Amino acid sequence: MTTPQTLLDKLWTRHEIRRRADGASLLWVDRHLVHEGSHHGFAKIAARGLPVAEPDLTFAVVDHYAPVRDRSHIADPDIARMIRTLEENAKTHDVRAFGLHDARQGIVHVIGPEQGLTLPGLLVTCGDSHTSTHGALGALAFGIGATEVAHVLATQTVWQTKPRAMRITVDGSLMPGVTAKDIALNWIAKLGTDGARGHAVEYAGSTVRDLSVEARLTLCNLSIEGGARFGMVAPDTKVLEYVQGRPFAPKGQAWDRAIADWADLQTDDGASFDREAQFDASEIAPTVTWGTSPEQALPIDTTLPDPARLPEARADAARAALDYMGLTAGRPLEGTPVDQVFLGSCTNARIEDLRLAAAVLAGRKAKVPGQVSPGSALVRKQAEEEGLAEIFEQAGLDWSEAGCSLCVGMNGETVAPGKRCASSTNRNFRGRQGPGARTHLMSPAMVAAAAVTGTLTDARPLLEGRL
Amino acid sequence: MAGWTTHTGQAIALPLENVDTDQLIPARFMSIPRSEGYGGHLLHDMRRNADGELDTAFPLNRWPEASILIARRNFGSGSSREAAVYALVDAGYRAVIAPSFGDIFAGNAVNNGLLPAQVSESEVERLISSVPTDLSVDLEACTVRIGGADVPFSLADTARTKLMNGWDDIDLTRAEAEHIKGYRDALMQARPWVWA
Repeated sequence: MTTPQTLLDKLWTRHEIRRRADGASLLWVDRHLVHEGSHHGFAKIAARGLPVAEPDLTFAVVDHYAPVRDRSHIADPDIARMIRTLEENAKTHDVRAFGLHDARQGIVHVIGPEQGLTLPGLLVTCGDSHTSTHGALGALAFGIGATEVAHVLATQTVWQTKPRAMRITVDGSLMPGVTAKDIALNWIAKLGTDGARGHAVEYAGSTVRDLSVEARLTLCNLSIEGGARFGMVAPDTKVLEYVQGRPFAPKGQAWDRAIADWADLQTDDGASFDREAQFDASEIAPTVTWGTSPEQALPIDTTLPDPARLPEARADAARAALDYMGLTAGRPLEGTPVDQVFLGSCTNARIEDLRLAAAVLAGRKAKVPGQVSPGSALVRKQAEEEGLAEIFEQAGLDWSEAGCSLCVGMNGETVAPGKRCASSTNRNFRGRQGPGARTHLMSPAMVAAAAVTGTLTDARPLLEGRL
Repeated sequence: MAGWTTHTGQAIALPLENVDTDQLIPARFMSIPRSEGYGGHLLHDMRRNADGELDTAFPLNRWPEASILIARRNFGSGSSREAAVYALVDAGYRAVIAPSFGDIFAGNAVNNGLLPAQVSESEVERLISSVPTDLSVDLEACTVRIGGADVPFSLADTARTKLMNGWDDIDLTRAEAEHIKGYRDALMQARPWVWA
């Protein structure tokens, strides 16, 4: 009898070319996604005079520095140079590029699945920590640094030590208006931003099976905020339906062969994990971060923590975070005034995210300014066709182009010092959205609710009768 | 990259947890070519006061010769930006000592000759209370020597051998060309859809 295996075991075995005596595995890379920030990697191979080993398995995407307002002229020469460098590197190495003016342009972790580049069973790397997103389709996907980017460019392989296996099981029904974002912020708040460090997380349980593929992408995306470089969900019929017919997905006989090949991509009964954590979906409320780390998150209907009542090790961090965020211990989280909102990023800018936010905003006005940046040009087009863009614009929000934009503040868009932003993004680190910016992470529904009331607000009452 | 086995230098403390990569190097400095150096941007915003002036009391400003940094749990969490490591290396750091590190940061550190030495929380607290002080780090023994006593640190074997040998992964992997070709040929047969 063979030992029951986890999904991680199966994905790892499929890609392991060989394992060194010290435990490092040489893994084959099926998809290498590069972006403007990959300039260090290209510079490293150029310095050695090496070509890209597999141009057909390498895809270049303009997202981190992509302007989201006027694209006819880029005023900042550094931003223009970053985009030009990527496009030139792609051309030099004969790599397919989704450039700034491509009809398929968008955030790398949105367009990978959207284009069918991400498939079950593939190994996907990208010089970006949110590469864990792609694991939602049953891929082995992880973020890598620039040295590793250069290595993948030069060899189409990467050295990696196999992580330990962790399973996060979520069972039960989510309340209406509670989303994958809330599941993620909830587990990260409970286990910490290093809760899954050293592990690959497989998400399982009835709640996860009931999530749409897009919601699973959000869940896997946030794995790294809990310390896990890898997040994954076993592919099911929902995933096959999602993938089939996409531009780069296999077709005809190749499709039939592929789905047969993917059939065993699930954890065997009886397989053991190094770590397990269980959550009850019905207990999860809309969750908002209050501090400067994703683990500093609370249900919207609670009060801000009092550092004096926290264990000493956490008290200093909480005090410093409250101070940076301009918040007072013990006050209710709900009702905190915000200066602006941002709906976007690889975490929450897919069509379902925009639909949910639009359900809150329809027929209502935003009390504060805000930007909606769809995850891709195709999501943008679809949102316009569905009338969502009109809802955002009528509410008074800016309807912009696709890119990482205000999530990472590289394209010239920033939140001003001391300003408070309700954001559907993934990191509330100090200065993430700009020096001195105060970021509260939350779901798209909660961002929309904050826009409507101008404060941190429970989205559920605003969604009543609208879902 | 040159390998190394021991390093002795001044250790200082940044007694914070979750020092993330956005703080180690804010995004706005990441378009700079490596040749220009990243050291001046290390912890750029944290080491300055509200007026943008260097805060002379901040440990990294007060002891600019330091080469070993001691911090609390989850150092280098966040993004995959290797620039966070470049900033530390270019500012002269050879080792960071903490109870835990972000996984991607730790890998990037080793790829640039920077030691992420994992030391128990209680020992880290003791080291924090001893700084500034000279420390010796020994990769062979996996110890930090402070005042004649040795504190053990953990480091994956793969990381240790790489730091000591100064291995270049691309050269190592090119020696595996036959294995890679064999894998690729088999993959093309078994899963041709990989080449979309």
